[in-house]
Amino acid sequence: MSSKPDAGSVTDSTALPIHIRGLTKKYGQLYALDSVDLEIASGEFLTLLGPSGSGKTTLLMAIAGFNRPDAGSIRFGGAEMVLTPPHRRDVGMVFQNYALFPHMNVAENIAFPLKLRHISAQERAERVAVALETVQLSGFGERKIDQLSGGQRQRVALARAFVFRPRILLMDEPLSALDKKLRERMQIELKHLHDQLGVTTVYVTHDQREALTMSDRIAVINYGKLVQIGTPEEIYNRPANAFVADFIGESTLLPLTRDGSGKLSFEDQIVATAAPGDAAGDWSLVIRPERLFIVQGEVANPDQTLRFSGVVRDFVFQGESAFAILSVGGHYELAVRFGSTSSSSRPLLRPGDSVSLGLSREDAIVIPGQGEQ
Amino acid sequence: MNASNRGNEDPALLNAMALRAQAVREQRMLLSLATPAVLCVIAIIVIPVGWLFYLSFIGGDGQPTLEHYQKMLTYKSYARVFVTTFQVSLLTTLVCILIGYPLAYFLAILPQRLAGLFMLTVLLPFWTSLLVRTYAWLVLLQKKGLLNDFAIAMGLWETPIKLVYNLTGTLIGMAHIMLPFLVLPLYGAMRKIDRDLVHAAANLGASPVQAFWKVYFPLSLPGMVAGSLIVFVLCLGFYVTPAVLGGGRVMMVATQITAILENQFDWGAASALGVVLLIATLFVLIAAARLLKLDVALFGKR
Repeated sequence: MSSKPDAGSVTDSTALPIHIRGLTKKYGQLYALDSVDLEIASGEFLTLLGPSGSGKTTLLMAIAGFNRPDAGSIRFGGAEMVLTPPHRRDVGMVFQNYALFPHMNVAENIAFPLKLRHISAQERAERVAVALETVQLSGFGERKIDQLSGGQRQRVALARAFVFRPRILLMDEPLSALDKKLRERMQIELKHLHDQLGVTTVYVTHDQREALTMSDRIAVINYGKLVQIGTPEEIYNRPANAFVADFIGESTLLPLTRDGSGKLSFEDQIVATAAPGDAAGDWSLVIRPERLFIVQGEVANPDQTLRFSGVVRDFVFQGESAFAILSVGGHYELAVRFGSTSSSSRPLLRPGDSVSLGLSREDAIVIPGQGEQ
Repeated sequence: MNASNRGNEDPALLNAMALRAQAVREQRMLLSLATPAVLCVIAIIVIPVGWLFYLSFIGGDGQPTLEHYQKMLTYKSYARVFVTTFQVSLLTTLVCILIGYPLAYFLAILPQRLAGLFMLTVLLPFWTSLLVRTYAWLVLLQKKGLLNDFAIAMGLWETPIKLVYNLTGTLIGMAHIMLPFLVLPLYGAMRKIDRDLVHAAANLGASPVQAFWKVYFPLSLPGMVAGSLIVFVLCLGFYVTPAVLGGGRVMMVATQITAILENQFDWGAASALGVVLLIATLFVLIAAARLLKLDVALFGKR
């Protein structure tokens, strides 16, 4: 595969980094994107995560070129792209509703970008076959789009997006129309495909679990602003503020009080000796429900454990785990999740039971702000 | 297991008879809703058209005859009338497509509310009388009409141009009147095209022109075919506008029928013309259905 300068010049896709600076887009008075700075490394799988209307799709569409920002810079590698029309950006995209061409069959859909790039019929056929094999749809080339299931359409859309070896792949909630089982399987498959292709991927979702499953890094977006960016572990274990703590995973926020020396405490227990960073303002304690454990008698290392006692208000068995809501200190609620151990030794709680809970100090997350409670 | 529908001992067939009877009853009820329409069709279409057929085979002496159809084959003027009819209809359809496609496209890309407003400008003439619109064109296009006066005043041409009582005038008037019949189905089809498809085409490397011809246009084609057929078929039997704006120089089948009735009072010959036009129209529709999978275009079936 060496000397084919015209057709085969795009032999191996070299992934490109994306540099976004000061990207701003206003709709009326509303900022859809408020001076967003974002560095996406070459070959990275980055997820834009946020609630609907947060600006994540606007950002993706700006990268694809369907959305003209008011200001800012989008660079692919060294090249400024913000003024480049979408058809010259050379990025693959999987649309939310797949956007497969209904008047073409599966093979014609996948060959579409190759035809536009004047790739010979023979190479086109070869590459379509390889793409179909990659998404496990070999032999589906002659099918009509309306003869495919949702999952199959998803795969065709994916094949069409990477068959022309783009250096960047964008995905706009590609799994949201699939049922839960299929979605979870496709998450793993997409991840594998990304590893295989090595292409820089920007993925939009509002599903935090999906983001945690698939991403190298997650960029949390709210009100058009980048709230936090980090690996799934960082985002989950060290949320930057109440919004991230609440949006990613389950959490309980307890307000902390601060004394004169800067010590933060909840109900007479000192949680942190000095408030991190800017000491002014309110602080909260974030507790992940699954990090709490039931304490009977004394704990092994009392110095390293925060203690809470409360009364069970609700208890729900959910299959792989069980979930309880406790009333703590009179007017706080605390959510607790227990892993399901063997069916006989499952901790059985009933509403009204008094329970003592422990939380390892390293699992205590202190964040600025008080949440919306 | 070969389940017999009639055995009502079998617990698997509990109430089966009663349920089936209920289903049949419901279907009959639904069918009965169509009764008034069916009666209307019989009264105002089937019977008159049948009568037309009958008349076309009756000679002047009241005896059954084929003379009317023979005349159509022997006299060249009849053939010319049919050629003119198809020519004018085809040209009108083409003019409608040329004007209507960009218009429908423009409406389809507008935001819904604005599109409604602009659509009103297409529909408003549609709601005024056909005769009024036709005579309005006469006023505009005649020798001392607005258009000629204006153009001469502007120095565009010096002597009045003949814009009416000929093919040009007929085409202008017919295209204007037929335009909504093309724009409405076309607009409907275009609205249904997912904007993301055009985005996807661009994303895959298609320039706006390529995206239009490779994705948008093929998807709008069913709507265009449906609209064009409606226009074409309506044109075939059009009377008022060709009669007024053609000024007797554009002889189409409908005008010819009137002429025969006025001059010769020959019901048989007039009926025969009507029958041939009807059959020709049916052939056009059948051919179009075969060629273009019309059921998809007109009824959205797959």
